[in-house]
Amino acid sequence: MIECCPYPPYEGNEKRGIMEEALETGRPILETRCITKQFPRVLANDEISILLNKGEILSILGENGAGKSTLMNILYGLYRPTSGEIILKGKEISFSSPRDAIRAGLGMVHQHFMLVETLTVTENIILGSEPSKGGVIDYQLAKKQVLEISELYGLHVDPDEKIENLSVGLQQRVEILKALYRHAEILILDEPTAVLTPQEVEELFRVIRALRDKGVSIIIITHKLEEVMAISERVYILRRGKLSGEGDIKDLTKEELANMMVGRDVVLRVDKKGNGKKKEAVFFIEDLSVLKKGGNALLDSVKLDVSPGEIVGIAGVDGNGQSELSQAVMGLVKIDKGSIRLNGKEISTLSTRERIDEGISFVPSDRQRDGLVLEMSISDNIIIGRHDRKPFVRSAGRINHREIRKYAEKLAVDFDIRTPSVSVSAASLSGGNQQKVILAREFSRSPVFLLLNQPTRGLDVGAIEYIHSRIMEMKQKGAAILLVSLELEEIFALSDRILVIYEGQIVRELKTNETTDYEVGLYMTGGRKKGSLNDGK
Amino acid sequence: MSFLMFLNTDLLVATVRLSTPITLAALGATVCERAGVVNIAMEGIMIIGAFFAAVTAFYTGNPWLGLASGVLAGGIYSLIHAAAAISLHLDHVVSGAVLNILAFGITRYLMVLFFGHPGTSDAIPSFLGDYQFAVPLLSKIPVLGPVFFNQTPIIYISFILVIFLAWFLKHTRTGLHIRAAGEHPLALETIGVSVYKIKYLAVFISGLASGLAGAYLSIENNVSFTEGMTNGKGFIALAAMISGGWSAAGSFLSALFFGFADALQIRFQVFRIFHVPEELFIIFPYAATIIAVAGFVRRSRPPKADGVDFIIEKENE
Repeated sequence: MIECCPYPPYEGNEKRGIMEEALETGRPILETRCITKQFPRVLANDEISILLNKGEILSILGENGAGKSTLMNILYGLYRPTSGEIILKGKEISFSSPRDAIRAGLGMVHQHFMLVETLTVTENIILGSEPSKGGVIDYQLAKKQVLEISELYGLHVDPDEKIENLSVGLQQRVEILKALYRHAEILILDEPTAVLTPQEVEELFRVIRALRDKGVSIIIITHKLEEVMAISERVYILRRGKLSGEGDIKDLTKEELANMMVGRDVVLRVDKKGNGKKKEAVFFIEDLSVLKKGGNALLDSVKLDVSPGEIVGIAGVDGNGQSELSQAVMGLVKIDKGSIRLNGKEISTLSTRERIDEGISFVPSDRQRDGLVLEMSISDNIIIGRHDRKPFVRSAGRINHREIRKYAEKLAVDFDIRTPSVSVSAASLSGGNQQKVILAREFSRSPVFLLLNQPTRGLDVGAIEYIHSRIMEMKQKGAAILLVSLELEEIFALSDRILVIYEGQIVRELKTNETTDYEVGLYMTGGRKKGSLNDGK
Repeated sequence: MSFLMFLNTDLLVATVRLSTPITLAALGATVCERAGVVNIAMEGIMIIGAFFAAVTAFYTGNPWLGLASGVLAGGIYSLIHAAAAISLHLDHVVSGAVLNILAFGITRYLMVLFFGHPGTSDAIPSFLGDYQFAVPLLSKIPVLGPVFFNQTPIIYISFILVIFLAWFLKHTRTGLHIRAAGEHPLALETIGVSVYKIKYLAVFISGLASGLAGAYLSIENNVSFTEGMTNGKGFIALAAMISGGWSAAGSFLSALFFGFADALQIRFQVFRIFHVPEELFIIFPYAATIIAVAGFVRRSRPPKADGVDFIIEKENE
């Protein structure tokens, strides 16, 4: 056992000694010893030692900010460790750039794809390792090589297509091919399922297993418990830069994993109290269309309604009209056709301000760009939009700073915004606390209708838990809630009904307790054509 | 005098001559911006190139040496932009603006140093305009022959460069790396190609091209260096690159259009066919620039990471 990093043994597998076990079997291909990475303000990795066996699928589990990506970027030569060793096939190595790592047989599929969208599949795959004569690329040969590997591993993709025309699943496939083209023996996948539909996830898992069977060793970095349980054989858990546990998947439960990841017990399921009978809907969208310049429909005759105390989830792959839908509701984009009604009043002709006054609250998907003015203080962000109204403004149009401060301090407590003071800038807060500022502003208005666009994007488990509970509270209070999310898990956890959006159309309406994520995933990718929207009624 | 009499071969020959410096600078800028470095310093680099070409040609008596020195001076001067924008992470536009202003200061200072007075340098003993030659057979083609195949050396070089750079960007490793660097630099870095090196190279290439454009002005189209002789051509080149859609061929065509506007303007001035103050005609090429950029720019898309600073090591994951 390496002694530099004593992590508290997790109850239930205290005598594991995986390392010794693996060393005895003589198959370790990659090992890190006491890797530490100190960034100017953050200790991102604190003495981390992991071990990867040849031909195994290993998971590294941790929340956002736990240090997973830092560790992988160190392995991949993008970052240099502050201290510690990397041992590859029994030899200590030191990568000064990704080129060294690639040469040593490491391949990485980044969470944000490292693909040049305007280039073709072939150009992307060969980038940096182009077959060439005197600097001139032999595209014929390149294409042949690409076809050969995609045949060998069963990863089919058109070599001449441009990346921007491919689905996310296919783009990921290109990323994997890119690593294989460079003869990767160790493949690191960073949050590989973050952007995939359930079908694509299944396909990815099939590919991962096939690669393993061909002798490729695989590391999956993730914060999703299901994924760890479904695909990997072994797992390391990271928490706040430290290793907080390890073990064989077959010996662990989901709850144990969650506990090690978060450091306390986590409620994995939100209590979804039904509020009995469905009330008359208050929010209606009818026949709503938004056209792109040039004529393509971004939103195509969308029709939906939301009742008080109901959460309607919009499920879909990113870029299928979700952002246009929320922009249309908020009056941020010109609609070409259709009507939006709240409490029987047509609001599609109103300005955004007037819509808000009618009782709409909005949590945008990009909190830093659309949700907050980062440079301004927390208190200013909390009252923005009402800054020119009483009691925040005195009669002569002078801002009443004392009143604002008092109000903001109260909300900071109510919404658990962790900050030394409400006068610090919103930029200085963590993502979770930034989101709570937005929630405080929007929820405190007691809206009739609440539009949530990816309310927990990029947040850690603790913050997600909190925000979900606040959303359920709003539901209980009788707000009509429309939830747009790319996370199917979130849609299933919160919503009563699910509408699937695909290419700007609501292609299906489903009741949450009568469907599966698999079925929803199928509609999300246009797997089945438009069904009757009234099926469920 | 009728308007139509201007539409003759001479007008087209003049078009090519006037467009050449724009073409060259726009080609360089295209390479530079495809690698993700915004370059608005062509004006300054050109004036540096023009000065050193003239000085070298003046003292050695050899215009070819002048050409080499102008090109090289442009390349070296552009490295200031590379260092500022790439290594020091300065805003690309700020760095470019500084380079433009600096170039005018430097050349004025050096004018006094070398020639004892500001303004226009002494005439060089031999200039590249003397080396006009007609390509056999091709120059006999009606209209296009004299326009494209009976020209002076740098004009021919510019034609070759258009074709070469279009091919270079598409078919060579370095070209592919340049295109990737401007779209998604981290994708390039993560497969082991140094983005900084590629960007430096691209800026240097643009410096060489703008230096060549400067040399054209002072030792091929002219026999002396005059302060400010670039007269906004570097900025028109910027417009040509943009309306040419960040491609070599597009830049060339746009540059031809601007050259045509310029040629037309000169003729209007000389022949005074319209009874309006001649100053109004001088505006013509610049007005054409604005219209062209406003008209075409919406359709062309800049490289995604154009002008975006690239830093590898980030503080948080």
